[in-house]
Amino acid sequence: MSPTSLHRTASPNVAGSDTLTVGVLALQGDFREHLAVLRGFGADAVPVRRPEELDSIDGIVIPGGESTVIDKLSRIFGLAEPLKRALAEGLPAYGTCAGLIMLSARIVDGIEGQESLGALDIDVRRNAFGSQTDSFEVDLKVPAIGEPPLHAVFIRAPVVERVGDEVKTLATLRDGRVVAVEQGNLLGTSFHPEMTDDHRFHRYFLDKVRAAR
Amino acid sequence: MTITNDSNTELGTSRVKRGLAEMLKGGVIMDVVTADQAKIAEDAGAVAVMALERVPADIRAQGGVARMSDPDLIDAIVSSVSIPVMAKARIGHFVEAQVLQALKVDYIDESEVLSPADYVNHIDKWQFNVPFVCGATNLGEALRRITEGAAMIRSKGEAGTGDVSEATKHIRTITGQINELKSKTKDELYVAAKELQAPYELVAEVAATGKLPVVLFTAGGVATPADAALMMQLGADGVFVGSGIFKSGNPERRAAAIVKATTFYDDAEVIADVSRGLGEAMVGINVADLAAPHRLAERGW
Repeated sequence: MSPTSLHRTASPNVAGSDTLTVGVLALQGDFREHLAVLRGFGADAVPVRRPEELDSIDGIVIPGGESTVIDKLSRIFGLAEPLKRALAEGLPAYGTCAGLIMLSARIVDGIEGQESLGALDIDVRRNAFGSQTDSFEVDLKVPAIGEPPLHAVFIRAPVVERVGDEVKTLATLRDGRVVAVEQGNLLGTSFHPEMTDDHRFHRYFLDKVRAAR
Repeated sequence: MTITNDSNTELGTSRVKRGLAEMLKGGVIMDVVTADQAKIAEDAGAVAVMALERVPADIRAQGGVARMSDPDLIDAIVSSVSIPVMAKARIGHFVEAQVLQALKVDYIDESEVLSPADYVNHIDKWQFNVPFVCGATNLGEALRRITEGAAMIRSKGEAGTGDVSEATKHIRTITGQINELKSKTKDELYVAAKELQAPYELVAEVAATGKLPVVLFTAGGVATPADAALMMQLGADGVFVGSGIFKSGNPERRAAAIVKATTFYDDAEVIADVSRGLGEAMVGINVADLAAPHRLAERGW
């Protein structure tokens, strides 16, 4: 695994001049896909597996994967506490699927002992749609990122069951269930933009990272 | 299909089938034969469990025909954990696969560890909404399974032995053959497709991208944290551990150690640390001592 990209090219898609350093939590899951998307936007994207790797980043992405595993490993290897502190101090973060679960304040149906980072003031339910045979793709209207609708991929996906006062809902399914949220520098989606060619959510996140720096 | 009211919802697409395997990357999938074992595996950090009636080491020791598990057992395991549950169907046994889909397992393993039901045809996996993982010993076999609809590949290794040498051979063969394809010119790829006995379009795609179009795990003989890290350093996206955990002296500890070594596969200090005090590893059989008819990897083609 190459720890950093050798090419630090400025992206035409992200305003500003200096390269952003964005970490991707790389304990388990589809972190390579996120690294590739972020590099495509000209960011210096780096995998994060150790606490000290949190020090030099301007923002962090928590990927899709198995939330019970990412939670466990983040605590065993001493990442969870420093990451919680960094998030509390305003580190921008974007979580997809398991990453959304990790960022949440409360997991409605976590396994015994499962913890989350408590950054986003939301409650989430894991596997909210059923088993893998209920996984699906759908076009979603997301006003914050504009037209056309975003083709969203849901894989054993969670939904947001409670949205805190400070939290803005960015997208819902037609039945009203919340699948994308934003709170200050934090962004979370039940679905996986990193699995498609439409990366407007990553661009939206990088704009936040740049503004927060 | 009660999941959403959205009219343009699509289920069972290649993207969602392959996508679940993408989410399992960097993780360990563990064989379990009871709900209690499934719970232990989940608590130890498994990304998914494989529900089966007997682990490969016991199938090997007890002999006889090995089939799909009892639906009661699969139900018990599905209801005991929240992580994905996989289950095995016999090669070519599409009715066992239909049953497993009806039981709502998250992935079906069309597996050489069970006795094949058809020595000519594999299951037409495109007919299912549930995704399939299939074993392969080389690139051609992997591409044939993908052509039939497999959404994930695992190198076979030699299940139930605790001997990692076949797993090493198969992952090296697959990655080596991919590297060979990358260096070929377009006209050479036609011949490569013929030799691999795989469709030209798929061969050309692998040559261009330098990887399989689906996730590649390894399986068969992984018994220690160092074995798991070896597979990851050889290019696997993740690891299946069959008999290696629950046939060992301290399953909880060994399972957690293999999970950690899979994440930190390139950090020898972490691997050293997690390898301490794990108790007895599974006893194991050297693959070289197995008579050819008892080698499971040779099932499937």
